[in-house]
Amino acid sequence: MERELRSHIIKLLNADTRLDGRKLTDYRKPIELEYGVTKTAEGSARVKIGETEVMVGVKLTTGEPYPDTPDQGTIIVGAELLPMSNPEFEPGPPGIQAIELARVVDRGIRESKALDFKKLCIKPEEKIWMVIIDICPINDAGNLFDASSLAALAALKDAKYPGFDGEKVDYKKKTDKKLELEKLPIAVTVIKIGDKFIVDPDTEEEEAIDGRLTVSSMEDGSLCALQKGGDTPLTEEEISKMLDIGIEKGKELRKKL
Amino acid sequence: MTKIQIKDKEISVPGETLAIGMDVLPGRGTYRDGEKIVANRLGLAMVDGRTIKLIQLSGRYAPKTGDTIICKVIDVGFNGWRLETNSAYSAMMSMKDATSQFIQRGANLTQFYDLGDHVVCKIVNVTSQKLIDVTMKGPGLRKLRGGRIIEVDPNKVPRIIGKQGSMVMMIKDATKSNISVGQNGLIWIDAEPKNELLAINTIRKIENESHTAGLTDKIKGYLEKKVQK
Repeated sequence: MERELRSHIIKLLNADTRLDGRKLTDYRKPIELEYGVTKTAEGSARVKIGETEVMVGVKLTTGEPYPDTPDQGTIIVGAELLPMSNPEFEPGPPGIQAIELARVVDRGIRESKALDFKKLCIKPEEKIWMVIIDICPINDAGNLFDASSLAALAALKDAKYPGFDGEKVDYKKKTDKKLELEKLPIAVTVIKIGDKFIVDPDTEEEEAIDGRLTVSSMEDGSLCALQKGGDTPLTEEEISKMLDIGIEKGKELRKKL
Repeated sequence: MTKIQIKDKEISVPGETLAIGMDVLPGRGTYRDGEKIVANRLGLAMVDGRTIKLIQLSGRYAPKTGDTIICKVIDVGFNGWRLETNSAYSAMMSMKDATSQFIQRGANLTQFYDLGDHVVCKIVNVTSQKLIDVTMKGPGLRKLRGGRIIEVDPNKVPRIIGKQGSMVMMIKDATKSNISVGQNGLIWIDAEPKNELLAINTIRKIENESHTAGLTDKIKGYLEKKVQK
């Protein structure tokens, strides 16, 4: 991290502005959401926040349930950070960043009970639907967390079951039966730099992060998942301030769905 | 008999024959192929006396002796610093070119320039193998403290500077800021937070409208309008 840039960012934050002239808790504009961007996936969506662009695809496949949850389907979230989206990303097996991204998105959907896993069961102890969610950043200009979780939710909303005859899945046949979404959890990452809190960091701001907290909240403002990152610890007071910002901004993002 | 095949300031593409004949000389962005003078890049071709020149419209920075550039320190060696030049090649700054201070044997070189520091320096030599030597000795060459760096198209830098620095001077006065323009397309800006964005937006505006005539007056009007607000 360049010290000069960091101290410059802090100087700007103290003057209630940022590198690109935004206020501290402003998202970049425009925030765009597009459904059904690929033909081969059962559900897909593309989200743009400023220059950041993420595509998410949902595939539905059948499988055996886990022994401890014989009557429940499951979700699998994977993220691949493509080298084309950021010069820092390397090809190869997923690194810490990709794993964290996938887990944050996974936890938001899983813990909010956005999908009723029992409804994904075809035959207890034998067959279930597995929902595979793949995250592909097209351009990483900062804040992949918020863009990815919004795109994942949109792709789930868009998803329709493929043809299924009780034995085999026919992907060429599409049905009108939608994947039922019970809740809409929205993730907002609140960043701490110096003693200020911001949302939607760009690439330069991401390098200056002291602490970050990804807050996933529901329509009624209740929390469903949290993820802490960054090197510095957060006090109780700071966390509650960050939660307030996260929930408030979540309401704004939810309108885009 | 020389035949010039282009009109003045006409857009030319790589491989296009600009002139035929041995009386004319190939300038920057062109080369000679037998009797022909051929364009090397995409740009505006023009005739300047006996030479055919090409003003490049796009592309990355190509290092040239005498250029003042803004660089980032990417390595500190035992006898100098390696700098990133925003081109395909990195530059080397030796100890004797870095400072007029006395450097003790075995001294820690990071106390002069550390990793990640930005400096304004001047290219003294570019070899045929594209090894770049730079110096810090000269007026205006210094380490940059505070402020921020933005990147612009290096081909638009002459427009941002303006005639005898008129354009950049105008921005400096209007926004009460310090600005250093490197010919490699990096620009350092140090201003009050409220003026910083105006300076950057003005530079972006110049970059976008660099091909239009009467730009100085247009930018003057733009700045006056914005400052009044």
